[in-house]
Amino acid sequence: MSKKSGSSKTPKLWRLLAVLLALVLVAAACGDDDDSSADDVSDDDMADDDTTDDDMTDDDMADDAHGDVTVAIVAPSAVDDVAFTQSMIDAVAALGIEPEVTPGTFVIEDAAAALRGYAEDGIDVIIAHGTQYGGSLEEIAPDFPETTFIWGTATDTKGLPNVFAYAPAADEGGYVNGVVAGLLSESGTIGVVGPVEAGDAVAYINGFEAGALASGATEVSIVYTGSFGDVALAAETATAHIANGADILTGSAQMVVGAVGVASGEGVPWFGTQANQTELDPSIVVASQVYHWEVVLDDMLALRASGTLGGEAFVLTLENGGLVVEFNDEFELDADTRAAADAAIAGIIDGSVSTGA
Amino acid sequence: MSDFFTVSVLVATLASGIRLATPYLFAALGETVGQRSGVLNLGVDGVMLLGAFFAHWTALETGNLWLAVLVGLLTGLVMGGIYATITLYFKAEQGISGIGIFLFGLGFSDLMFEVKIGSPKFTKQLPDVEIPLLADIPEIGELFSQSLLTYGAFVMVPAVALLLRRTTFGMNVRAVGENPQAADSLGVSVNRVRLKTILIGNTMAGIAGAALVLEAKVFQPNLTQGLGFIAVALVYFGAWRAPWVMAGALLYGLVQATVIRWKVLGIISREFSDIAAMAPAVLTVVALIVLAGRVQAPSALTKPFERH
Repeated sequence: MSKKSGSSKTPKLWRLLAVLLALVLVAAACGDDDDSSADDVSDDDMADDDTTDDDMTDDDMADDAHGDVTVAIVAPSAVDDVAFTQSMIDAVAALGIEPEVTPGTFVIEDAAAALRGYAEDGIDVIIAHGTQYGGSLEEIAPDFPETTFIWGTATDTKGLPNVFAYAPAADEGGYVNGVVAGLLSESGTIGVVGPVEAGDAVAYINGFEAGALASGATEVSIVYTGSFGDVALAAETATAHIANGADILTGSAQMVVGAVGVASGEGVPWFGTQANQTELDPSIVVASQVYHWEVVLDDMLALRASGTLGGEAFVLTLENGGLVVEFNDEFELDADTRAAADAAIAGIIDGSVSTGA
Repeated sequence: MSDFFTVSVLVATLASGIRLATPYLFAALGETVGQRSGVLNLGVDGVMLLGAFFAHWTALETGNLWLAVLVGLLTGLVMGGIYATITLYFKAEQGISGIGIFLFGLGFSDLMFEVKIGSPKFTKQLPDVEIPLLADIPEIGELFSQSLLTYGAFVMVPAVALLLRRTTFGMNVRAVGENPQAADSLGVSVNRVRLKTILIGNTMAGIAGAALVLEAKVFQPNLTQGLGFIAVALVYFGAWRAPWVMAGALLYGLVQATVIRWKVLGIISREFSDIAAMAPAVLTVVALIVLAGRVQAPSALTKPFERH
């Protein structure tokens, strides 16, 4: 063992640590204010976002139809996840409302605390954006009978008079994506990167599989990684799919960015869902099923304004405009393929095409 | 099942397992050094998140992936300084301090991501480097075409083993981890040794974060998904010895990779998909139960040093 060193060296080490700590604080404090992405998450921009304004199907949605109603969102992932959470924030913004948002509440207890906190603060409408929050709502909603809680994805209101429920018929857009994927695939093998086998992910993937098989795909390999957030696992799954011969990929939930990264590197076309994922890589994203929650939110807020605080369930569909398959203009599709997609959409709306759900 | 037992699939699975094991290995080796000196750091996951974020941000801003790795390393170093201040200077309880560091890393990386980047953006990926001759071996050459960080993680295994077993510093580390009072009486500066091991451990956690994010090419909040906690468990799994820690990391990565391949090949049916996803974690827990009582943790682990 070494001999004890002179005590004079110790203060130097602490001085070094002090400098390092100061560097951290400086780094944290130094803002790169010209980074436009910093503005992406501000409430003002969410409300003023041109994209969401353009997406509105009814100009009346964005005016002051909802008066001074206050809205808060509790959601499991990041506000800009290009998936589940972002789709709801965009939807509320499309109604001209600036919501308060508590994102990243993967832990149900954290979400419950946020839900109760908003209710105690007197927020009029609180959106619990996650199936897993249902148990918490059963406890919280009865304590605040004047507050409207909006919960999804869920198909029932648990009998609570001040709870609205919402769910997407994700199989519909999934089927359309699948039809296009089946026509694009040369190998006939398509890979799917799913999260946990639950909720709208299952509906989307089942619909996608049905559409792909109906349009010529021979194998749709579906893998549920068991995680909504494990990006590395999603990336490895995509790599395994490609090694297995898949030449088209799709997936659902926020961890798919890992898979999109692999698809991007390999030049493999990608189909998105929940939000428009074109911005991730315009060269590979073919189309995205986009949830326009504002369609049903608008109805819910109108009901609340007329005195009905809850008790009804709503479903997003291609027919009511809650689901929209948005194609990436930069990804060239031949006319026949695009026509097949349009035919699938029309068939689902008129009932002549079944997604198998 | 026969589809799995082909050379190409087995090699691809092995290569995938090695890739997945890389961040575990960096983080667990660093934690091994720290724990051998008596310092438990449950904040590894938080440090990884910070390392991952700052590496990703650097890669986005500069396009220089090696600068990104350096920034990840420096982030770990800075966090090591903070953790050392908390645990050595203020003598705070290590378990609670580590959780604090984790929560800080989780929250701060999330906040910085929202403010500075906003939405998922891809960087370039660290290029694979082929080992001459080995990469040319038919069928198994893929194993020897990995990123330099992956090679670096495995080079660190003998380096850490030699550091702990064959150097004066390593001897001091083990001494302060087993009996800090005796080490102090023999002239070893316990806190200085622990400061160095904390800095080494956190630096490696920062590199682990950089390795994770540069392989995935994208950052998102809570990117690690608890990977740092698994790394801490791997230290126990490896009985505080670098080669066994490597074995644990490889086993964990290989089980993950195998489960993925089996799902892709349809060997694991959809009904058992979610259950199979738990296999690596279950394996770790079972291994820890089996090992409990058979391995001896450093005697002074988690105990702050007080000179009497």
